[in-house]
Amino acid sequence: MKESAAKKQAVLAEAKQPLKLEEIQKQVEELRGQLASLSNASPENKLSLIVFSGELDKLIASLIIATGAAAMGMDVVMFFTFWGTPMLRDKDKKVGGKNLMGKMFGAMLPKGACEVKLSKMNMAGMGTAMMKSLMKKKNVASVEQMLELAAEMGVRIYICEMSMDLMGFKREEMIDYPNLTFCGVAKFLEEAQNSKVQLFI
Amino acid sequence: MAEDIKADKTMDLKGLPCPMPVVKVSKGIKEVEVGQVIEALTTDPGSLTDFPAWARTSGNEILKTDQDGDVIKFYIKRKA
Repeated sequence: MKESAAKKQAVLAEAKQPLKLEEIQKQVEELRGQLASLSNASPENKLSLIVFSGELDKLIASLIIATGAAAMGMDVVMFFTFWGTPMLRDKDKKVGGKNLMGKMFGAMLPKGACEVKLSKMNMAGMGTAMMKSLMKKKNVASVEQMLELAAEMGVRIYICEMSMDLMGFKREEMIDYPNLTFCGVAKFLEEAQNSKVQLFI
Repeated sequence: MAEDIKADKTMDLKGLPCPMPVVKVSKGIKEVEVGQVIEALTTDPGSLTDFPAWARTSGNEILKTDQDGDVIKFYIKRKA
């Protein structure tokens, strides 16, 4: 009787051992996960993107990189400047009170992302139209859809105040985007300084 | 099979091109608990390199990758 009780205890102890190990493994795994999310939350895991070009292909590339980075847990800032600025105009918004130069720029520059052309093979708009229909066919998200996605994922958009002023754009004619910020170069540099990745497109 | 992985959630991402598979899976993984497994189906060949890269940077783990014709199947364990 005594012998079997001792045996039972030994078996129980043995059963306990791997259970403990499992506990530790689980804890280590949890810690690893926490560590990974901690490193992601650090301000350095950030992408700062300058969108300088006002062309459809470059805007698509910028938005794919931005949403991809957000998916990978990065903090993302897009800084739209110069030819990039008119791509953020809202095609349905009308503003008055512009001077002659402002009106001219307003008429000549694209009104929103739907009006921008390819940098190559535009062929008087045919190339751009073909690219758009091809994108649709291949299920590639449109610029509008990607902007919506970017907003949902917390991608921040900054617009260069000086470009706006130069081209005579008003804040009221820009797209509705959460926390759209108008700023200058210092704000961008502050963000870029502690970003792991900086791109100029 | 004993080594079959049980998925807690399945995501059909077939026909979606870059960057949607990674974007969607990064959202989907937040909908399961830490330790649970997502099964993701894609047809984007780029996801073969993108998913492991995403997993490494987001701190999750790809348990297994299967390929059946054009369809690529990933088993991803939420760790973070």
